[in-house]
Amino acid sequence: MTTLRRQPIPDVGASQTKALEPLLFELARPGRAGRHVRDEGTADIPTQFRRTAPLELPELTEPQVVRHYTHLAQLNYAVDTGMYPLGSCTMKYNPKINDRTASLFADLHPRQSYQTTQGVLALAYELEQMLAKITGMDFVTLQPAAGAQSELTALLMFKAYHAKRGEAAQRRRVIVPDSAHGTNPASAAMCGYQVTTVRSDARGNVDLEALKGTLGPDVAGFMLTNPNTLGLFEERVREVCAAVHDAGGLVYGDGANMNALLGVARPGDLGFDCVHINVHKTFSTPHGAGGPGAGPLCVKALLRPFLPKPWIVREADGTYHYDTAREDRDPEPVGDSIGSIKQRLGNFGVLVRAYTYMKTLGEDGLAETGRDAVLAANYLLALVRDRYDVAYDRTPMHEFVLSAAKQKKQGASALDIAKALLDEGFHSPTVYFPLIVPEALMVEPTETEPKETLDAFAAALVRIADQVARDPAAVRDAPKNTPLRHLDEVGAARRPVLRWQRPT
Amino acid sequence: MSSVPDDLRYSKEHEWVRADGDVATIGITHFAQEQLGDVVFVELPEKGTAVRQFSSLGVVESVKAASDIYAPVSGEILERNVKVIEKPELVNTEPYGDGWMIKVRLANEGELAQLLSPQDYRSHIGETAGAGGD
Amino acid sequence: MLERIGVRSVDELLTAIPQDARRPKLGLAPGMSEMEVQAHLERLAAMNRTATSGPFFIGGPIQRRYIPAAVPVLALRGEFLTAYTPYQPEVSQGTLQAGFEYQSLMAELLAMDVVNSSMYDGASAMAEAALMAVRLTGRKKVVVSSDVDFVFRRTLRTYARGAELDIHDVPTAHLVATAEGAACLIVQHPDAFGTLVDVKSIGEAAHAAGGLLIQVTEPHALALLEPPGALGADIAVGEGQPLGIPMSYGGPHLGIFACRMALVRQMPGRIAGQTVDADGIRGFVNTLQTREQHIRREKATSNICTNEALAAIHAAIYLSLLGPQGLRAAAQAGVRHAHALAKRLGAIPGCQVANDGAFFDRFTLRTEMGGWALRLALLERSIQVEATASHYVDGKRRGRDDVILQCTELTNDSDMDALVDAVSEITGSRQAVAAR
Repeated sequence: MTTLRRQPIPDVGASQTKALEPLLFELARPGRAGRHVRDEGTADIPTQFRRTAPLELPELTEPQVVRHYTHLAQLNYAVDTGMYPLGSCTMKYNPKINDRTASLFADLHPRQSYQTTQGVLALAYELEQMLAKITGMDFVTLQPAAGAQSELTALLMFKAYHAKRGEAAQRRRVIVPDSAHGTNPASAAMCGYQVTTVRSDARGNVDLEALKGTLGPDVAGFMLTNPNTLGLFEERVREVCAAVHDAGGLVYGDGANMNALLGVARPGDLGFDCVHINVHKTFSTPHGAGGPGAGPLCVKALLRPFLPKPWIVREADGTYHYDTAREDRDPEPVGDSIGSIKQRLGNFGVLVRAYTYMKTLGEDGLAETGRDAVLAANYLLALVRDRYDVAYDRTPMHEFVLSAAKQKKQGASALDIAKALLDEGFHSPTVYFPLIVPEALMVEPTETEPKETLDAFAAALVRIADQVARDPAAVRDAPKNTPLRHLDEVGAARRPVLRWQRPT
Repeated sequence: MSSVPDDLRYSKEHEWVRADGDVATIGITHFAQEQLGDVVFVELPEKGTAVRQFSSLGVVESVKAASDIYAPVSGEILERNVKVIEKPELVNTEPYGDGWMIKVRLANEGELAQLLSPQDYRSHIGETAGAGGD
Repeated sequence: MLERIGVRSVDELLTAIPQDARRPKLGLAPGMSEMEVQAHLERLAAMNRTATSGPFFIGGPIQRRYIPAAVPVLALRGEFLTAYTPYQPEVSQGTLQAGFEYQSLMAELLAMDVVNSSMYDGASAMAEAALMAVRLTGRKKVVVSSDVDFVFRRTLRTYARGAELDIHDVPTAHLVATAEGAACLIVQHPDAFGTLVDVKSIGEAAHAAGGLLIQVTEPHALALLEPPGALGADIAVGEGQPLGIPMSYGGPHLGIFACRMALVRQMPGRIAGQTVDADGIRGFVNTLQTREQHIRREKATSNICTNEALAAIHAAIYLSLLGPQGLRAAAQAGVRHAHALAKRLGAIPGCQVANDGAFFDRFTLRTEMGGWALRLALLERSIQVEATASHYVDGKRRGRDDVILQCTELTNDSDMDALVDAVSEITGSRQAVAAR
């Protein structure tokens, strides 16, 4: 990615600081301003409430701001600039039409009447129906803002479900596999549950006997990602779910890897009681440098009473309103519902993008998506498997996990290889996850990379492996061609500088 | 410096204890700091706190890992090492010296006998005698 | 590709899946061309009445404000829009520096030590702040003013089910008397109804009782009002949407979260920190990550992973375009419009401004017919307002049956004229009916 390299500016902010781009505060000069809002004069604020603290925001002209953010943008790697094979992140291409259709719904306030937002409700209602069909579930809430908030929503519903059956006090434990994302145990803890970790077996599945050994009347639920974070389909998924159900627990489907199952299989047919969708993975909405996402939760009928409120109702005449009564009131959630986790329809602007993608692909397109993702991952694995250890020697789904244990012995770690890939012009795979694979490199190419790109990426991985064998020091020295290299993370954590301070 | 000094007792969780009368000095071992990598943060209990053997005493963190420190012995905290809180890198450079963490007034000297001898600790971390750190 | 893998068809790669579950029919419509999809979405969008289509006074945490043209042009560049969380800092300096700048701008605005890189929204930021106070104090009693926005309080109630918190929902005037044994007092200023609140005395009461002060705030108000850091807030939260982010029917928005430096180890969410690279060039990395779920798992300070980084970039661009003058101008315009409007509406027979004290850029109007009925009558005239009848939490409603009217710099004279005329006409005709 040589195009990213820029010469550092030798001295920004008159402090002998070398930097790629000055901070806004260093670019500012007193008195500079644009004229974006008319200044109509002061407002009458009672004296005791007036701001006396200084307000030293930077003062800049619009051209300065535009160049600054353009320069910053140019320092970023993104899906729009190249292949981004982060495992479990599904960095597929984000179609531009999605952004345009989302802008059609930008000027709407969530507290508007249902009477003025029929288009919103029609879209959301249809989206719920489509998600239910794709996942094989019965009902959907669009509220959760992200996967982790969806996990919390579901576990709160589990808690309410057990409470309804008089078992809330006894069911205090949630089980997660040792390959689980960190969000799973963190969500369980936020929900007041104790977390039990169950190990994986030699084939990379949940160890069913170990699971059975820890199940009991104190278990509220089990959280399972399928395909799991090794990229492997749980071979005994129905037995796993049945074992949990036999113990009176519920099974949560972490949909982080749902892209593999699009048109391939439905969690609802495999024994899950619910599954969340990361629309910012599976349904192509852009990741936005860390967010936003949206995390709809799809559930079986037994969990419906506990879904967040309000719910959308479609009348026979084709009009829509919320179930909180026709007269458009928005009273608090009542009954068995857990309440609301995000106002009305959650991150609606993200959901419009997902809806657009799903309408574009339709039955035919979605049915091919999962298969193409699986094909791409298996093809890529075939190209590199003789150079790297494969964590579990099975046919993966949409992603696979290599181990750089061999390379580590030769003198370069998974992290070194990740950095060397940056020099080759590719973003790195996910490294050191899942935790159960030493020197893990988790690769997810997605269905939107053409064969030539997969070939080029594989060639880079092979070249790096060969170089590790020949000259590991050179690989340890990577990256050389990136805007910055080897940032001092230890120093950043030991003496945190978390905001700009005016030089004294 | 030996990676497992002969004059200390050890816990399976990689803490060391140096007993001097009824005062015990506690830190984490060379092996532990090596596993963690560059230590960036140490959290220790205040003076006067009572600790129970094998209960969580504090936290030591690197950039990518956080690890509980467990009390190898019971007692009352007499002192915590302010220098190591200010300069966490001391845990890496001098784990048995300036990188110590707390001093405890021993509640039960018999507990020392439940800890590992240097020889047992060496075999616990898979180290052969005299082979050094890794 | 199949040949290289060593299979004859993709189906051979899917044999781990139970046969009867493989390749289900989904029952969806066939796909569409981009042109058709655009037309379809335009049809749906046309079924809505946008905020700009008529006089609009709905607000609260989410506000219709002017968004400078450069904000979306820059923030929606592909290099920001389609990047992931900055896990590889060498190729993510754009995201990381923009995040550090957002933290710095927001810290200045709030007068707080440290700001994280964003939460989902103001409501979940407040709920996470309460959980943080519970961790810091070891107490489960959380006291929240019932003058805090109803969506924030509902979200708090939902989050509280998990940690099994003891939530006390009391009017602002009763906060001080309820402070004993509380992990925190939560107050909003300006409150849900626009009223200005004496935060300082509430904070003193919280601290005297060994608890924390959490202040809910809104960004434009901070240009004119004393900020949380100067009022004794330990944690400050708020909805950042008014900073150049579209309303989008509720999201994606921006949860602002700030705290005192001494509390940073218990803070949820990502934080960018400054450092240098191997050549001594300044750079930025995600730091203090041991708080987060990918390292601490069940001991993490929160489960948050995906956040609203792009919204934070919007906010930073907005603030740097407006500068302190522009932000003050926008805030002042809202206050001036609200006060002018309140004066005119309060002069209509049977109408009165119902705030408990001085108000900022929104206020409540009480009429004999009630806020709910007035809202519906105005809606028939294509004027959109909010009613306090929505503000139920825990079976109780704060405030009587009033309407809430939000003004911003986009509120114009003709909108205000239309509202005043409509309220006069509606309340007048009702009085006439009553007189007959």
